[in-house]
Amino acid sequence: MAFLTDRKRAMGMGSAKQGTHHHWQMMVTSVALLVLIPFFVFTFGFILGAPYEEVVAYYQRPFPAVVAILTMLVGFFHFRLGVQTLIEDYVHGLAGRAAIIGMICLSYAAAAFAVFAIIRIAL
Amino acid sequence: MVQLTLPKNSRMTTGKTWPKPEGATNLRKVQIYRWNPEDGKNPQLDTYFLDMDNCGPMVLDALIKIKNEIDPTLTFRRSCREGICGSCAMNIDGINTLACIYGMDEIKGDIKIYPLPHMPVIKDLIPDLTHFYAQHASIMPWLETKSNEPAKEWKQSIDDRKKLDGLYECVMCACCSTSCPSYWWNGDRYLGPAALLHAYRWIVDSRDEATGERLDDLEDPFKLYRCHTIMNCAKTCPKGLNPAKAIANIKGMMVERVV
Repeated sequence: MAFLTDRKRAMGMGSAKQGTHHHWQMMVTSVALLVLIPFFVFTFGFILGAPYEEVVAYYQRPFPAVVAILTMLVGFFHFRLGVQTLIEDYVHGLAGRAAIIGMICLSYAAAAFAVFAIIRIAL
Repeated sequence: MVQLTLPKNSRMTTGKTWPKPEGATNLRKVQIYRWNPEDGKNPQLDTYFLDMDNCGPMVLDALIKIKNEIDPTLTFRRSCREGICGSCAMNIDGINTLACIYGMDEIKGDIKIYPLPHMPVIKDLIPDLTHFYAQHASIMPWLETKSNEPAKEWKQSIDDRKKLDGLYECVMCACCSTSCPSYWWNGDRYLGPAALLHAYRWIVDSRDEATGERLDDLEDPFKLYRCHTIMNCAKTCPKGLNPAKAIANIKGMMVERVV
């Protein structure tokens, strides 16, 4: 590193020619959650604390079930994008890449389990 | 990897307390970060007392008075003393600003002065801005054209010229970039608010013919997208500019190219 020019250091490996897609996905999922979260809070809050049979019957109706599934899918996708940025900020190199892979697996697994649970109640 | 504590050789120690001026009734306590690369010691906080009845109103006046009358070894950059050159940028009372246009009457209690945060220190209040300037150079801060040179000048409408207001005034003092946590953690790759504001100044210039190439060069998860709209840059800018808005506009243009 000692003999690199200042300009060479500043240029690094150049532009990765990506990042906009990630940024756009963050924007889209943010707007989607802006709509979904109030619906989810309203539907989930409405039935919270009710007896088991009533909750199952409620989530067998299409609207609460679809809202819950969409919230979980979009929410965990948004989480995956956001946490990737967070890891990139603070953890660099191989550890950072490993953390990103682990976080992606965790996010999609959590989304899959959530959707499976809702479908199981709904059907 | 992010570092939460200062390295051992950067930890602050209590420094020298200089004697109070004789006969002064209106005293003000000034504490200044001192570090000399030649003495092998850790940085220290020296304490000075100023006779405010015999001192100019700005922080730079206080620094010059200390250097002239109390401690000639105090080292800092200064030039224009009117907010144009950007040389005397430092952290005063917890805010990155220009010492020459920051009045001491704006500070409650003791005056604490440190160099710009998270930059290598050359000596006392002088940060090493080599990488910061190289990043500025990397965004090609000049007019790029491909058309034949016009006989007289590159023409620009009044409306297009107005788009440069709030951008061209930047004096490259580095207050914004060194106040940005994203620049602290990833300053080696993230261009920072100052360089990105300058990049936008040329992207939005109606006479420039390298808009696409400029956007291509910036499209990078680190060079541009480390900006998380923290807004410290806009809050601290001593010229009242808004680099965060310029960065948001660049992101908007990036999306416009895709969607």
